Amino acid sequence: MAKKKTPEINSSSTADIAFLLLCYFLMTTTMGEQSGLQRRLPPIPDKDVKVEDQKVNRRNIVIVRINSADKLFAGNEAMDINFLKEKMKVFLSNPNNDPSLPEKEEKEIEGKTYLVSKGVISLQNDRGTSYEAYIAVQNELVKAVNELRDEFSVAQFGRKFSLLTEDQQNIVKKAVPQNISEAEPKDTGKKK
Amino acid sequence: MSKFGGSNSKKNVPGISSGSLSDIVFMLLFFFMVTTQLRETENKVIVKLPEATEAAKLERKDLSANINIGTPVRHLQSQFGTDARIQLNDSFKTVDDIRDFIAAERDAMSEAERSLMTVNLRVDEDVRMGIVSDVKQELRRCSALKIMYASRKPGND
Repeated sequence: MAKKKTPEINSSSTADIAFLLLCYFLMTTTMGEQSGLQRRLPPIPDKDVKVEDQKVNRRNIVIVRINSADKLFAGNEAMDINFLKEKMKVFLSNPNNDPSLPEKEEKEIEGKTYLVSKGVISLQNDRGTSYEAYIAVQNELVKAVNELRDEFSVAQFGRKFSLLTEDQQNIVKKAVPQNISEAEPKDTGKKK
Repeated sequence: MSKFGGSNSKKNVPGISSGSLSDIVFMLLFFFMVTTQLRETENKVIVKLPEATEAAKLERKDLSANINIGTPVRHLQSQFGTDARIQLNDSFKTVDDIRDFIAAERDAMSEAERSLMTVNLRVDEDVRMGIVSDVKQELRRCSALKIMYASRKPGND
């Protein structure tokens, strides 16, 4: 009666093996969450196509310039970055229908008509502008648009933009477009 | 084990079973495997991202191509200098190499997702805009128009 018992496999070392694996993954992977300001670049214009229709009415465009010393100009006046957002909000929303500010056009979005501003912010920079200043200005411009979207959302749907459904967000995005154009670099200031 | 003499006070302390320890560790392991991503490239340039309060999260991380711009890391400065350089994948490249890089990244994606590709510009905050403009012009020529200026939210590290 030689009843052989199979010896139990010692499982205490599996924990060690798993720890080893864990350490390996901890070392080689990153928790990195990518965040940033998303933009769409304008496509290269075709040479055959005339650029006539690109002409924008003077009142519909504001030029924001950052020169090589990181000084900011909006319109034609020097400006501190802290005032840029308010100025851009006034420019894009044109609350008093000022004739020198952008015109609005009625657009039908999902069965309802909204007044959509035709304003475009043209952002120009110099080759010597620092990236930090450039992103700071970009950030202010995005913030101006985001605040306008929030105001529009509260007026139309009674809730902030981030709390709306996806369909509603798309309506708001069309009604308050993010028209920031990044102009081709101008070669002014010192060459690198 | 009759420590206190009495033969009927023979109590065995049960050993703690360590069998479930591996399960716990495996659970941790899976957590990290799911939440993290493999670090695919070694950073050869120093990139300190600028701050932006309006930074939005990139939704499809797998559909992004990274372009790093910054000064080379300390031990490579003797070789490459301290001027801002472009790093694609694992090596220093010039603006002209971006075309091939974008083409390679596009090939790696499925047909339907190519139009969703985002180019993630990770640029150091001290870099001058000249080199960034060159990269942007080149991207326009490659018609890789969706870009993101990587930036961090203030308060996060």
